[in-house]
Amino acid sequence: MGLRTPLFAEHERLNARIVPFGGWDMPLHYGSQLEEHHAVRRHAGIFDVSHMQPVDITGSGAGAFLRRLLANDVVKLKDPGKALYSCMLNDQGGVVDDLICYFRGPERYRLVVNAGTADKDLDWMQAHAAGFDVHIDRRRDLAMIAIQGPQARALAAPLLPADCRDAALAIAPFFAADGARWFVGRTGYTGEDGFEVILPADEAPGLWQGLIAAGIQPCGLGARDTLRLEAGMNLYGQDMDETVGPLESGLGWTIAWEPLERQFIGREALVALRDNPARRDFVGLLLTGRGVLRGHQQVLSEGRVVGEITSGGFAPTLERSIALARVAPGLGATCAVDIRGKAVPVRVVKTTFVRHGKPAQAL
Amino acid sequence: MSAVHADLHYTKTHEWVKVHGDGTATVGITDHAQEALGDIVFVEPPDLGRQVDVGDGCAVVESVKAASDIYAPLAGEVVAVNTALADTPELINESAYGDGWIFTLRIADAGAVDGLLDAAGYQAVLDAEA
Repeated sequence: MGLRTPLFAEHERLNARIVPFGGWDMPLHYGSQLEEHHAVRRHAGIFDVSHMQPVDITGSGAGAFLRRLLANDVVKLKDPGKALYSCMLNDQGGVVDDLICYFRGPERYRLVVNAGTADKDLDWMQAHAAGFDVHIDRRRDLAMIAIQGPQARALAAPLLPADCRDAALAIAPFFAADGARWFVGRTGYTGEDGFEVILPADEAPGLWQGLIAAGIQPCGLGARDTLRLEAGMNLYGQDMDETVGPLESGLGWTIAWEPLERQFIGREALVALRDNPARRDFVGLLLTGRGVLRGHQQVLSEGRVVGEITSGGFAPTLERSIALARVAPGLGATCAVDIRGKAVPVRVVKTTFVRHGKPAQAL
Repeated sequence: MSAVHADLHYTKTHEWVKVHGDGTATVGITDHAQEALGDIVFVEPPDLGRQVDVGDGCAVVESVKAASDIYAPLAGEVVAVNTALADTPELINESAYGDGWIFTLRIADAGAVDGLLDAAGYQAVLDAEA
């Protein structure tokens, strides 16, 4: 048996199919993954993401610590509530984890890290905290619910506490509204508008039930994966890991190279790889032949293996199969993927397939 | 609770077999199998005319979750495939024992049918997995 979130009883009541994920017992779907996917694209869906771990970073050295720890630069966070997506790298430039960092006020930050990596992440942070006046607080007392879709914010707003309701409706994307007990980010992992609400564990079932009563579809990890794949968002452990860094996983945009004097962990390794002509590309693939693209299938060009799919599947919004792949530089506009011994043709496309319910590129 | 039909034969790998009086048999996957796979989005049927042996992987059913091999429950020749699954693979979810059939075999050895599970035997397999 794995760990259980404060919403486990709700999932059982809704007859969810439960699967192990990152050490947790989590809902895969509540009946139909496809229906859950479409609900988020067309209306609204909710996800229990309480397995993810909020970590509060405070102290007079909090900013300096994060500027050392993260490849993106928290100096960019000038307005309270502003969020930043970043990789936390090792010395070799590989990814220890990817995370969201929210700025809550001077020397007060909240990170949200992945479930399966949380123990390792906390060890890594503690090991690099020496010399900084910083307090690292793993918030095991909190739960997290993502509400995503075009109607998500409007349907969720009446259920938010008065002290952050208006603020939550007013904030721009990638900001958070900070209430006394609830923390409401206008963030997500689906390519749709919405909130991620971090709240005390004992208040989570009430919010969940209120959202269900508001007609919002509960969604499992299955839909979460197809939604994030369509949105071209990376999954840690699949698209990047400790051996593959941001430059080879489509996350170069998250590296803050300037100012040059900021010595974040992994910088030297990234600089060396940046100008290496053999550096691999990270691309989107659209299947033009028949079948379904899956992780670990090999990408072929002119009969040679030139790369590998890192994430693949059926894209319900497009009714096509799509994938993210790491490939040798200089790949042309078309190639093939080895599906059970057959070379099936694919087109090489941008990694963002769907945004706000619609195709994000001509496919 | 998944349905098991009394008039069908089954395999441990969750295929069902409907034996017809004319020496052919139709094959699909059970209600339990479709439920475990989740929403089905692609089916790769066997080639018409292909000779299969018992246990040959001869079709692939892909759901939103994963790809799954379908094994030939009997030896024989593939004499029909369900072409409707090309555009509507969800027929397997909607009607696993009916419109979601996958292919039909001309059975090489009629006696081999006795080697398949009956409904009670298949129910025991499901009970053991539960």
